[in-house]
Amino acid sequence: MVMMPKPDEEVLAKRDYLIDELRKIVNDPEGVIDQEAGLRAFECDGLSAYRQLPMIAVLPEDKQEIAEILKLCAREKVNVVPRGAGTSLSGGALPLADGVLLGLGKFNRILEVDYDNRCAVVQPGVTNLAITDAVKSDGFYYAPDPSSQIACTIGGNIAENSGGVHCLKYGLTTNNVLGVEMITMEGEILQLGGKHLDAEGYDLMGIITGSEGLLGVITEVTVRLLKSPEHVTAQLIGFPSSEQAGDCVGQIIGSGIIPAGMEMMDKYAIHAAEEFCHAGYPLDVEALLIVELDGPVVEIEYNNAQIDKIAKECGATVIKQSQSEQERMTFWLGRKSAFPAVGRLSPDYMCMDGTIPRSKLPEVLRRMNELSAHYGLRVANVFHAGDGNLHPLILFDANAPGELEKCEQFGADILKLCVEVGGVLTGEHGVGVEKRDLMGEMFSEVDLKQQQRLKCAFDPEGRLNPGKVFPILHRCAELGKMHVHNGELPFPDIPRF
Amino acid sequence: METVKVSEDRQIEELLTWALADQKTINLFGRNTKKAIGYAVQADVNLTLQDLTGVTLYEPAELVMRARAGSSLVDIQKTLDDAGQMLAFSPPDYGPLLGEEAGQSTLGGVFACNLAGSDRIKAGAARDHLLGVEGFTGRGEPFHTGSRVMKNVTGYDLCKLIAGSYGTLAIATEFTFKVLPKPEKVRTVLVYGEALEGAVKTMNAAVSSVHEVSAATYLPSDVAARVDIDLVRDPGTSVTAIKVEGPAPSAEFRCNALREMFKGSGEIEELHGHRSEKFWEAVRNVKPFAEDQSRIIWKVSVPPSEAAGYLADVKTDFPHVEYFCDWAGGLIWLSLPSDTIRGGEARVRSGLGGGHATLIRGSDELKSDISPFQPLNSIKARISESIREGFDPEGILNPGRMYSKVDGKE
Repeated sequence: MVMMPKPDEEVLAKRDYLIDELRKIVNDPEGVIDQEAGLRAFECDGLSAYRQLPMIAVLPEDKQEIAEILKLCAREKVNVVPRGAGTSLSGGALPLADGVLLGLGKFNRILEVDYDNRCAVVQPGVTNLAITDAVKSDGFYYAPDPSSQIACTIGGNIAENSGGVHCLKYGLTTNNVLGVEMITMEGEILQLGGKHLDAEGYDLMGIITGSEGLLGVITEVTVRLLKSPEHVTAQLIGFPSSEQAGDCVGQIIGSGIIPAGMEMMDKYAIHAAEEFCHAGYPLDVEALLIVELDGPVVEIEYNNAQIDKIAKECGATVIKQSQSEQERMTFWLGRKSAFPAVGRLSPDYMCMDGTIPRSKLPEVLRRMNELSAHYGLRVANVFHAGDGNLHPLILFDANAPGELEKCEQFGADILKLCVEVGGVLTGEHGVGVEKRDLMGEMFSEVDLKQQQRLKCAFDPEGRLNPGKVFPILHRCAELGKMHVHNGELPFPDIPRF
Repeated sequence: METVKVSEDRQIEELLTWALADQKTINLFGRNTKKAIGYAVQADVNLTLQDLTGVTLYEPAELVMRARAGSSLVDIQKTLDDAGQMLAFSPPDYGPLLGEEAGQSTLGGVFACNLAGSDRIKAGAARDHLLGVEGFTGRGEPFHTGSRVMKNVTGYDLCKLIAGSYGTLAIATEFTFKVLPKPEKVRTVLVYGEALEGAVKTMNAAVSSVHEVSAATYLPSDVAARVDIDLVRDPGTSVTAIKVEGPAPSAEFRCNALREMFKGSGEIEELHGHRSEKFWEAVRNVKPFAEDQSRIIWKVSVPPSEAAGYLADVKTDFPHVEYFCDWAGGLIWLSLPSDTIRGGEARVRSGLGGGHATLIRGSDELKSDISPFQPLNSIKARISESIREGFDPEGILNPGRMYSKVDGKE
């Protein structure tokens, strides 16, 4: 288990005082939660193996309240953990025993839909899907669609730079956000971006996106809206081996087609999903691709013909084209419910999230199976095949002694494998607590220090979400130091002209 | 000032060690074709990365390329083109606009300035395609961020910071970036004779349509007359241009659908392959403003719906302004006479709807009077300066290039 920083006794001793002060700031009498029963609701996020009651939870209603809460916490040296819907799969919203949990659930209004600028301005607690729902009737949508989109909030999406199944063609959160308003730990309101494009000066919005709640509290988001495509179809393509499926993905992209979505499932995931929701998946294949195309009918037909040809050449044994919108949705239902479907087969499961260069897929799958045998834990795989983002689901039983530790070890081995083949620890779930201690696999100490210097620019006292992302916390004063020899060195031997 | 050329990472490390020890500053560039943008850097030594070249990884089926910072953009684009791929953000070549030769841009220059062409509205900016960066910070330490995969949220996304930092944070030696297939066909629909206000509506309708429009621009008649394509130059009227692409049947379908959509807005024509390419090259490279080098050039980013109102105000104060819009109205290029007092800054920088204006071309005298980059509010300035200090505490890399007056380092 990853260890969290030791609670600060001095802060814990101030708890009653802090509760009083927070009650003065927050208008709603129910907005400050200090009783255990109420705090239970916040004790974990989607990474439920980690649980911790926050010292206090506070649910502000407007940004002035947030600014005052942050100022109070900065003054009193209290750590703050921001939280949206708590769907993080990496423990990004895991509370701290000596921290204030800042719940943003009440910020759930869509403030403006602006079709003239093709954007919407929303509060951070609005769910991802609610944005699309608000503009759907006018034929628009918000592109990033993480599997948790029904529950996860846009503020959390910014914090994690969430992806989804359509990122290959439409990008991640960072590519679909135009503006962010945030509040610093000092309580200052900062407007980054807006309804225009590109940053003046350094791209602070780009840095905030994916910063896992360590740099500021997001209070407003301007997202880019896209017109819904004219036509969308999906096809299922089954293969006798994952190698062939992986090869097919590479050839489709290599031929110049960028599908709207391209997902792969292994046999175990196919069977679990089919049993769970009868999506019509073939059961006699080792790997299944779902390839979604969008655009005008002529384009879809043209590309489908090419994909069919490529799939057959790659040895596909099943090709099934959705015949109606309903059937397309059913194809996706299986994929989107793969996690709970697999979860049903086991008391617990842990979802991993590495990204690999796609060509390494056969090697990674083979070695993952070896690890599975080694640990005696089963693993099912779903895979955003287009962009190389792998989601192995490790099945385990948390009540069996030692199994959680074994599962964590297995997961860590998978992520190390991803890095070894040229990939990364996390594609879209974030580092959080879960992968914090693996950061050294990907970054040198020099790199990690450089990243933490960025935090110093926003939050020099390290009050926001400490214990997440970085395995070792350095003080900013120490990070800022530089050893400079003031001796005269000769000019290096480099050609001049 | 002495200029040094490096061709290996080791030399950069040595230069940094020397600079840090002897408190020397470095003016960092590729081929220095964009030196006109921002303040002129006063440094002890020029460092050019133009010999640090070469593609170090290219896997077309994985849509990824890695190349060294000094690689010529033309060479990179040629390599991609040979494999049927491209840089989807259509990097512009501001060379001729800034009084330099064409075709001199380096890969590092494009990312350091975060430049994107007309396709920005659909494909994103240079920063959206940057996956990883290698280099050295102003601390003289090796620097690495990102990776070669498309989806990566491991640690802060420092690529976004490096893009658009004009070499003030680190000496980037290698970039890994996303590449995309070239569309089989490109078509450009031209709508003639619209006034600006109508054109902004047309562009919004086009970009908001199902046709995946990749670029939309508006050239008033005087600017259209300078584009060397008969269907644009000769009609003697304004041109609203909309670009669609895709496999042949789909590009054709989209083109026809847009013609139908806007048949009531004006006379309509279309440009095919070669002429289409030539047209968008002229637009992204701001070619209509390249000839008269005396004029002042501003690059203005606004919410697209504000473009018409904003330009009406500018025209009231400066009747001799020339302009055209790209990014469906979100990008406005302004050209003002050289004797415009303070470059018209006060007017140009008001009513931006939250956007910003950058002085792209102007005399040294003008640049000493006004901030070439949009001034930052005090909180943003403090955070930005603190970020810069984290990378380069001694201020040895391109000191003062972006905000010398704000940070007081001049």
